[in-house]
Amino acid sequence: MSETFTVEIISPDRSIIKTDTKEVVIPSYEGEMGILKDHIPLITFLRPGFIKIKNENEKVFFVEDGTVEFSNNNLLVLTSTAIEFSKIDKNSLQDLIIEAEKKLNKNDTTDKEKYLLSYKIETLKNISQ
Amino acid sequence: MPSLDDLKKRIKSVKSTQKITKAMKMVAAAKLRKAQENAEKGRPYSQKMQNIILNLTKSINDPSNAPKLLIGTGKDDIYLCVVLTADRGLCGGFNSNICKLAKSKFKKILSERKELKIITVGSKGFDQIKRDFGNHVIKKFSFKEKKNISFKEAEIIGNEIIRLFNQNKFDKCILFYNNFKNVITQIPQAQQIIPAENKSQDSKEANILSYEFEPEEDEILEDLLPKNISTQVFKAFLENAASEQGSRMTAMDNATRNAGDLVDKLTINYNRSRQASITKELIEIISGAESL
Repeated sequence: MSETFTVEIISPDRSIIKTDTKEVVIPSYEGEMGILKDHIPLITFLRPGFIKIKNENEKVFFVEDGTVEFSNNNLLVLTSTAIEFSKIDKNSLQDLIIEAEKKLNKNDTTDKEKYLLSYKIETLKNISQ
Repeated sequence: MPSLDDLKKRIKSVKSTQKITKAMKMVAAAKLRKAQENAEKGRPYSQKMQNIILNLTKSINDPSNAPKLLIGTGKDDIYLCVVLTADRGLCGGFNSNICKLAKSKFKKILSERKELKIITVGSKGFDQIKRDFGNHVIKKFSFKEKKNISFKEAEIIGNEIIRLFNQNKFDKCILFYNNFKNVITQIPQAQQIIPAENKSQDSKEANILSYEFEPEEDEILEDLLPKNISTQVFKAFLENAASEQGSRMTAMDNATRNAGDLVDKLTINYNRSRQASITKELIEIISGAESL
């Protein structure tokens, strides 16, 4: 028996990747989550972070939000913002961080938004290093 | 009998019309390829989203507590119909097919003495609908100046639908658009988005999966349902865009061919009357010479 399962990342305008893998790490809403074969059915949200698809060579995607469904050894990621790590434009990162920080300090942002924003800033800073 | 000059002018005008329709056909063909690609690429997303919602619906234990967006208000007194059409004409039966379907549904709704509210997207649809149902139209959108319709536009409409729903302005929401099957076939469709229609209910009932939710089930639903509405609207947009170009291409292809036929016919007419006039002149000359 192989130890792999299918992972698929889909955005509204195209299918970004579909591949077999042994392990995927997703930034789920309440913390990082590693998924192996035969995980129980799961539906969860993503917070800003990295999706890591672990194969012989690891693939990393940056996501801001999205929905994840796992069932019958099919991992499905629906997101509008997945960008492959190597293709991120490092120059625009600083602007994004500043913009997010501005938003964070506004009074009318809710706690939930603040929670997501702080993760966004953290991941963006991680990339720029 | 039109004079030679008249025929010449007509042939010329038909030929230049043919040039225009040919150019439009080419443009539509080029745009179609891209639109078709977009529509086909966008399908998995909306389909999978719908699937997740369906799975969620099945795993709900207590229907009375389920979010209203999912199960509806339980009444069906007020219908909101969203009609998606193009902003441009000259695309065959594209716009009128949607409107025909929508109008027959409107009539049915009104004959059942239900209240009807209409939102039109795209100026052509509004033009056709306002004649009969103008007083039911509560809002009209047009993205004429936008070159590419993106998810943002779909979200504008999705949010408007949700806003109206939260104010209890309607009970059921139906989306009208053309489904792109292939270049020559586009099927006008009515899709009910609120409450979510549960088509494959029977076939999949057997394998109900009990999902693990993180965060809680209701929180996920609360976030996912509005997103699903926008996604469905977006899917309709993409299908419509592809259908519009396909429809225009076929229509313009037909027009070009008809113009070609007309040019042939007119040319034959032209040559005949030219010959006739030459023969007439000859007869005149010969009979003139004979009488001398």
